[in-house]
Amino acid sequence: MEILGLLYDGFLIALQPLNITVVIIGVIVGLFIGAMPGLGSVNGVAILLPMTFLVPPTSAIIFLAALYYGAMYGGAISSIMLGIPGASTAVATTFDGRPLALKGLADKALITAALASFIGGTISVILFTGFAPPLAHIALDFGDYEIFALMLLAFATFVGLSGDDIPKTIFSICIGLVFSAVGLDIMSGEPRLVFFDIIGFMHGINFLVLAIGIYGIGEMMWTIETNRGDSAMSKAVLTLSGFLSSLRDMGRTWFSWMTGSLLGFFVGILPAAGATPGSLMAYGVAKMTSKDSDNFGKGEVAGVVAPESANNAASTGALLPMLTLGIPGSPTTAILLGGMVIWGLVPGPLLFVEQKEFVWGLIASLYVANLFSLLINVAFIPLFLWVLKMPFTILAPIIFVLSLVGGYSPTQDMHDVWLMLIFGVGAYLMRKLDYPLAPAVLAIVLGPIAEPALRQSLLISNGDFTVFFTRPISGPIMIIAIILLILPALKPLKNKFLAKEKSKTS
Amino acid sequence: MRRAEIVTASLMAIFSVYLMWKSTELSIGWIPDEGPGGGAFSFWLSAVMLICCIWTMFNWYRRSTPPSKSKDSFMDAYALRMFLLVGGAVTIMIGLVHFVGMYGSIPLFLLYYLRFLGGHSWTLTILVSLAAPVIIFFFFDVALRIVLPKGYLEPLFFPLYSIFL
Repeated sequence: MEILGLLYDGFLIALQPLNITVVIIGVIVGLFIGAMPGLGSVNGVAILLPMTFLVPPTSAIIFLAALYYGAMYGGAISSIMLGIPGASTAVATTFDGRPLALKGLADKALITAALASFIGGTISVILFTGFAPPLAHIALDFGDYEIFALMLLAFATFVGLSGDDIPKTIFSICIGLVFSAVGLDIMSGEPRLVFFDIIGFMHGINFLVLAIGIYGIGEMMWTIETNRGDSAMSKAVLTLSGFLSSLRDMGRTWFSWMTGSLLGFFVGILPAAGATPGSLMAYGVAKMTSKDSDNFGKGEVAGVVAPESANNAASTGALLPMLTLGIPGSPTTAILLGGMVIWGLVPGPLLFVEQKEFVWGLIASLYVANLFSLLINVAFIPLFLWVLKMPFTILAPIIFVLSLVGGYSPTQDMHDVWLMLIFGVGAYLMRKLDYPLAPAVLAIVLGPIAEPALRQSLLISNGDFTVFFTRPISGPIMIIAIILLILPALKPLKNKFLAKEKSKTS
Repeated sequence: MRRAEIVTASLMAIFSVYLMWKSTELSIGWIPDEGPGGGAFSFWLSAVMLICCIWTMFNWYRRSTPPSKSKDSFMDAYALRMFLLVGGAVTIMIGLVHFVGMYGSIPLFLLYYLRFLGGHSWTLTILVSLAAPVIIFFFFDVALRIVLPKGYLEPLFFPLYSIFL
């Protein structure tokens, strides 16, 4: 019952005129960003974070969370209409959304996608409200050992679950952590890793410089290269009877959106997994459990509903570890976490004790943002379709300009803008060679928390590494982390074993 | 692609060694009563980076990863052209900030990109190129009080400062 009281207080904050306004703006911007191929929530949050200094921290994070939500809804629009996922999180939506649009049922696909997003978002926010306070309560007892063990777990999930090239993933994590160590050594105050004695490195490398470099400049270059030529857009005519028949479809596919929501939420909590694999898994499960699984890929409503409910649920799931443990569940939440530090908040379980207004205002605003996303999405579908026709050659230069200004404003140093350009170009080139970039962003945000935790722990234990394994909470976490780290190494063995079995039986 | 893979891995390996060397400027060992030295964290991470680069090279040698097998060129003609045109323009834009400030370089960049790369009409180009700096000025300089660099154009802004700041 205490939770309901806190949630009520949260709603009082979320429903303040300023916060309602930022939610609406955030949702509109998010829908737009999500719908544009090549831009996803992470690009929007990274590029627009510097602009949120205008409003108080609570409103700022409400704005960014609304944008995050809106982008999840928006991703479906271009998946269905263009057949190009608006964001990686909407890849699975193209499988059945595009065939539906080609059949002339684009309106059905768009509306069921929006409704499924709403349901997925709402179910996961309810789960979030239930899980967050107890988890934060447990996490209050965490010391340096547990914090470091959790960090290691977060990085281990990238190695074990992301499916990217292993040495390149580890490389990406380490380079992010090393960049976070640039500047003044927190313990001794000595300058550290000041490359070529350039004074600009003395204040460290702001995580936004890396994030905007990767997600602003690098991503734009990537999109310019990959989006060659124009794609054909489907037509959508919206009618009331179409809306009602979509509602009936939602009733028919309840099992798909239910499993999608639950799966999405729990997959979203894992740092490396998140919305993209969550929605792909939901699609797979929906296809497996469906009676007419042959229809999947040819325009089955359940194949739109499942991934869309899952990607929205996952975006809420990713917020859970960020708020309660201070470990982001996705690159987007990593940037939100970095933003919280800039706003002067200490991420982690203490937020639930010291910053009740902030936490509950944010949680309540998620309910509000979800509702507005649905309403704005359905009401303005024609407008978004018009926006989708905007050529990329208008959007791209605007993003470059925003990156320039956004890269300058946090530290107000041109040195950081140059660094951002180098990171952006480097990210673009390395991405072509399958180097994953999200781990580096997560690492540069977590580095300043992980390093002192490690050093303090080792200081207390007198340099003994085994303490991480012998403590009651950090022990199991470390063991899970190590299992995840060696998981990919077992894969070739398993394949060999299976191949042998096969050759025996045949 | 194959050549790019080994070149990148080698460059990153050299960079890792540089980072390891740079880390040793601070103590990387154990300092009694202080714990690990300031350089230890980055030293060992750089060492792991080096190992990963060697691992990538090994994969390259065995041709076991997609980029090390791929026969495609790392950058085809179109990609290279766009990379130079767009990347070059962004670089020049940032470079110009030092001379004519943000409010000089941003309109020039937009003008170039919209008109010459995008092939849009002059009306649209000029509209966007003029609207962008005005919006940015009111958002950053006025509302956020983040004074963006003006370069040699600074004197032109004195009247605006006296009105809005």
